[in-house]
Amino acid sequence: MSPSPTVDRVMAEQRAAAFTRRSIKTSTKRTGLLLAMSMLDLTTLEGKDSPEKVRALCRKAVRPLPGDDSIPSAAAVCVYPSLVKTARQALAGTPVKVASVATGFPSGQFPLDVRLDDVRRAVDDGAHEIDMVINRGAFLAGRYHEVADEIRQVKLACGPAHLKVILETGELETLDNVRRASDLAIRAMHDAAAGHEQGGDFIKTSTGKVQPAATMPVTLVMLEAIRDWYFQTGLRVGMKPAGGIRSAKQALHYLVMVNETLGPDWLTPDLFRFGASSLANDILRQLERQRTGAYMAGYDFTES
Amino acid sequence: MPRTNGATAQPPRWDYAPAPETAKVSIAPRYDHFINNRWTPPTGPKSDAYFDTLNPATEKTLAQVAHGSDADVDAAVRAAAKALPRWRALPPTERAKYIFRIARRVQERARELAVLESTDSGKPIKESRDLDVPQAAAHFFYHAGWADKLPYAFPGRTPTPVGVCAQIIPWNFPLLMAAWKLAPALACGNTCVLKPAETTPLTALRLAEIILDADLPPGVVNVVTGDARTGAALVNHPRVHKIAFTGSTDVGKKIAAATAASPKRLTLELGGKSPHIIFEDASLDQAIEGVIQGIYFNQGEVCCAGSRLFVQESILDQVIRRLEHRMKSLRVGDPLDKNTDVGAVNSRDQLQRIDKYLALGPAEGATLHRANHSTLPERGYWCRPCFFTGVQPSHLVAREEIFGPVLSVMSFRTPDEAIARANNTPYGLAAGVWTDKGSKIFDIARKLKAGVVWCNTYNQFDPASPFGGYKESGFGREGGRHGLRAYLNLA
Repeated sequence: MSPSPTVDRVMAEQRAAAFTRRSIKTSTKRTGLLLAMSMLDLTTLEGKDSPEKVRALCRKAVRPLPGDDSIPSAAAVCVYPSLVKTARQALAGTPVKVASVATGFPSGQFPLDVRLDDVRRAVDDGAHEIDMVINRGAFLAGRYHEVADEIRQVKLACGPAHLKVILETGELETLDNVRRASDLAIRAMHDAAAGHEQGGDFIKTSTGKVQPAATMPVTLVMLEAIRDWYFQTGLRVGMKPAGGIRSAKQALHYLVMVNETLGPDWLTPDLFRFGASSLANDILRQLERQRTGAYMAGYDFTES
Repeated sequence: MPRTNGATAQPPRWDYAPAPETAKVSIAPRYDHFINNRWTPPTGPKSDAYFDTLNPATEKTLAQVAHGSDADVDAAVRAAAKALPRWRALPPTERAKYIFRIARRVQERARELAVLESTDSGKPIKESRDLDVPQAAAHFFYHAGWADKLPYAFPGRTPTPVGVCAQIIPWNFPLLMAAWKLAPALACGNTCVLKPAETTPLTALRLAEIILDADLPPGVVNVVTGDARTGAALVNHPRVHKIAFTGSTDVGKKIAAATAASPKRLTLELGGKSPHIIFEDASLDQAIEGVIQGIYFNQGEVCCAGSRLFVQESILDQVIRRLEHRMKSLRVGDPLDKNTDVGAVNSRDQLQRIDKYLALGPAEGATLHRANHSTLPERGYWCRPCFFTGVQPSHLVAREEIFGPVLSVMSFRTPDEAIARANNTPYGLAAGVWTDKGSKIFDIARKLKAGVVWCNTYNQFDPASPFGGYKESGFGREGGRHGLRAYLNLA
């Protein structure tokens, strides 16, 4: 495997900031907001999650704004493994997918067989997508082969389910590490899928449990890794920034970044997702603001 | 997508809607010279008294501007000479107050100045808004701070003003160059006659309004508009003590010849053919971004544009692939659209010059890559960014300053070869070095013959940082302590 290119932090941050200066107004804004909604992995990952909360979230995902069917469904609902069955039932017959975090989320500090079992159960329970965490301990210790090997095994354990590899960039700290982990994860997923069409696999920034979570420079570096893989192989890998994206404006900045780094082909829920919970209502708020000219109160939108 | 169980529609594809800057700026039908704090009509023959300035994005006339005759230039220089004794005798803190006042007014009127600049010059509004105008204000602020500290800039010496300064500026950064020239001159106690470029006089005239607002004493700053003849009259005027010129190397040489036998002080900031060197250990995406900013910034109409790219052979293909990919996302079009990356070329003449090189390159054997497919407006002067590969160092596209969004890509194998090729040019204004290895940065930067060497970045400007060239890129520095030297006599 050729070594990953280094990343210059100053220039990467400068480039990432440039995307925030695009002016996204009127029809572009509405289209972008609808697109962002359709890319949403509506997420609840708390110890106190209940089946009822998950059912509410599922309904929100299917029909973000009751009474307005011009607003698309979210892409998926993302839950802990114990709630996969509940989510599957609630989403039966809808295009909204069930994503489950697994592999000892969020720390990954469990024996490999436990982590693999975690994945198999979630898939057996009906998860369409698995969000795994990498072994940061091994990565930071320089045991890259071990990290890659674990990703391969998780990918195999996923069976038909799509895989998202969480790098937990907040713990990797440097952009050089982010780039190296991205390249490693993309390659490992590909190796495990040997002979099969590699579709629907993602790399993902964060669990949302570590600060900083998704940032624009980090996401930019991961998008560049995806672009280089595409240049090299013609294969498209997806990207999911997660954690910290709360406003519709931020979401639009990310879409601009994807559009100008990977091109419009990536502007689809098959290749780009947002992992977020409060983002949905801010998108709705902005869409309603465009429609009515006034900002709605928080209680005008359903909880998720 | 079937709509089942209440699931809703799929969103359509995405493109950016036009995002025009909507601030309206008033432009008078006709502008006179600014002499002695008065708007002074030109004295030349009626038929030749005014000329048009165009919006290069629409080819429409924006206003008529006075054509400076010898008599107009003489009046302006006399006004400056008359104002000199009182201005230079003013307590330095008082001079500083005036300059601070100009800086604040530039900030207050930033939006207006940015729109006017983009309208008259063709540069994208995001550049005039984010770079030209804030930097212009920064230059006034910075130099206002120096006005009462000049003895500390040159310890043990006694600085005194040079006198009447003739300042001739180009069309690529009209307001910013006016600030680069006026701010240090005023801070050092000189009086000025500024001649903006023929195609872009409007922001300098707006700056004159600001100067009038700031209540500067009459004659301290005078603005005479016109063409090359006006410039020549100013250069040759016997009562001018110092000439500061930014522009083409050809004109710079003429000015140097004209002043050779005179006591006039001279600084020249001329053309360039600045090299970028990308080593295989560089942070590649950031290097590409630097190259993009280096050559496509302001349509490539930048004296320090990084117009020659030297890439280590092992990564040449990767760099070309990325350059093509990155160029696709550049948006060429209406300078007043906030999403425009590359605006209009400044004039028909300049576009013809660029087109000449675009034809010349392939004729010499280079390959032209046009990866950008922006839809261009029907009227106006446009050039989509592009680059040449297969360029030999002897090709004219690799030797002559094109002053457009055109890059020449070449390769090298060893550091020595990179340095030899980079220095093999009559110019020496700026250079960019891209490597992740610190020791290499210092080694290469020391060996490059350029006034500015940027390492892992490009086009970074600050009023505190001196700027200027080697060889045919000129001499003298602007900005920082070094820049003050050009406007002072030291005893």
